[in-house]
Amino acid sequence: MSSEYLVEIRDLTYAYGERPVLQNIEMAIPRGKVVAIMGISGSGKTTILRLIGGVLRAQRGEVLFDGVRVDPHDRARLYRLRRRMGMLFQFGALFTDLSVFDNVAFQIREHSELPESMVRDLVLMKLHAVGLRAAQAAMPGELSGGMARRVALARAIALDPTLIMYDEPFTGLDPIALGVIANLVRTLNDALGATSIVVTHDVEEALEVVDYVYYLSEGRIVAQGTPEEMRANVDPLVRQFVYGQADGPVSQQYPSRPIAEELGV
Amino acid sequence: MMFGRDALSVRGLGANSIDALWRLGYATRFFGLTLSHSGTCGRRPRLVVREVYYTGVLSLVIILVSGLFVGMVLGFQGYQTLTTYGSESALGVLVALSLVRELGPVVSALLFASRAGSAITAEIGLMKATEQLAAMEMMAVDPIARVIAPRYWAGVISMPLLAAMFSAMGVFGGYLVGVVLIGVDEGTFWSQMQAAVDVREDVFNGVIKSVVFGIAISWIAVFEGYDAPPTAEGVSGATTRTVVTSSLVVLGLDFIMTAFMFRGM
Repeated sequence: MSSEYLVEIRDLTYAYGERPVLQNIEMAIPRGKVVAIMGISGSGKTTILRLIGGVLRAQRGEVLFDGVRVDPHDRARLYRLRRRMGMLFQFGALFTDLSVFDNVAFQIREHSELPESMVRDLVLMKLHAVGLRAAQAAMPGELSGGMARRVALARAIALDPTLIMYDEPFTGLDPIALGVIANLVRTLNDALGATSIVVTHDVEEALEVVDYVYYLSEGRIVAQGTPEEMRANVDPLVRQFVYGQADGPVSQQYPSRPIAEELGV
Repeated sequence: MMFGRDALSVRGLGANSIDALWRLGYATRFFGLTLSHSGTCGRRPRLVVREVYYTGVLSLVIILVSGLFVGMVLGFQGYQTLTTYGSESALGVLVALSLVRELGPVVSALLFASRAGSAITAEIGLMKATEQLAAMEMMAVDPIARVIAPRYWAGVISMPLLAAMFSAMGVFGGYLVGVVLIGVDEGTFWSQMQAAVDVREDVFNGVIKSVVFGIAISWIAVFEGYDAPPTAEGVSGATTRTVVTSSLVVLGLDFIMTAFMFRGM
């Protein structure tokens, strides 16, 4: 019987060289839910997505996707798992030499033998879902940031993935585009019956659309809960992040010598 | 400390040598990986044909124009030297042999490295920098099979064809200057050329050279692109390295191959 969790991360530790990025991470992403992984820049959020996608290999612990261990060394099995994952990269990562249509069709053509008429129908449906059917002939260079992100989203859901991963989907967007993407994260997840993981530091937008939040600081999970629980959390570390306060346990200064010593006074 | 500077420079030399050796090993493994992932190119030749257009067809202008000018210069210089010995009737032979044996493969390889090699490196490097390769990998499509191998094979196919066209154009340039402009007898020009140029010794050896140059340049170009640090500076450095390394490798290989093919003593 399949577990109620689509992705399970057990006692995961990962380091870039000597520098630990993630330590003793335990996560369980329930099926059908939208889960946010939040934290300040450099807290190891994106690394978790890369570990789930099998781009990186953990030094300790394991990642299970639908009960199967994600192992970067077993390429054939990893590729089978990846066909069930869709990922939206931070700036879209659209193929710049292909049109919007061909970008969305890319995966369908690579992984299926469907006739071109059916590919066309599927692509138009995906583009329609993100509201960009009209842009099918455009090249990625002609799109605005928000539009490119939506096309990339259509491409990520081209094969109706079980898991959709978003790497900083809200970064660098105007408020309207941001609202559109946030709305799409929720509606696509529910319409496709998928499970979503959103890595972000945009608190307001994320708390509006997600079901559960993991808060990461310095490679550890320091808080987790529903958006309401996060808003009500009294931990100063979480409060500083959720309410965007400059002062708090997280210093804006990178650790260094005292300034008086540095200036020689 | 005594010998401090010497010790440092020796250490630097050692570190650089080890780095260079390590990189050569890495490039060789990458070459092996490219060859072993070439099955897709066989199954989907259109991928290679598309790249032949970008690397080969779009290089035609520079190759043909350069070939014409090199041939015309050979016509002038050759005529001037040959008249000293009263053997201007051998102008056709001089032009054809210089081009087919040496200038055709080498000059077209140098032009190919600057025109197509740099473009391949920059394109792959930018695809990496904008996460397009990572996106492809996450879509369970192997970038080595889908992006690297087609570009590599397109280079290997294009290079000998371009060299042949360079030589043909050069012979035509020599004809224009020697026969049309200066007035060398047309019959002598062509018949001496036909009699003196040997298919196996001259033409075939020239083709071997251009195939080897094609393999070397394409290998260097795809490797530098794939290995480029994902930054603007990284991609520009890789592009420069492609042109410099390819040019030096072409000249070095040309010397080695010419030495093996030499049978004058």
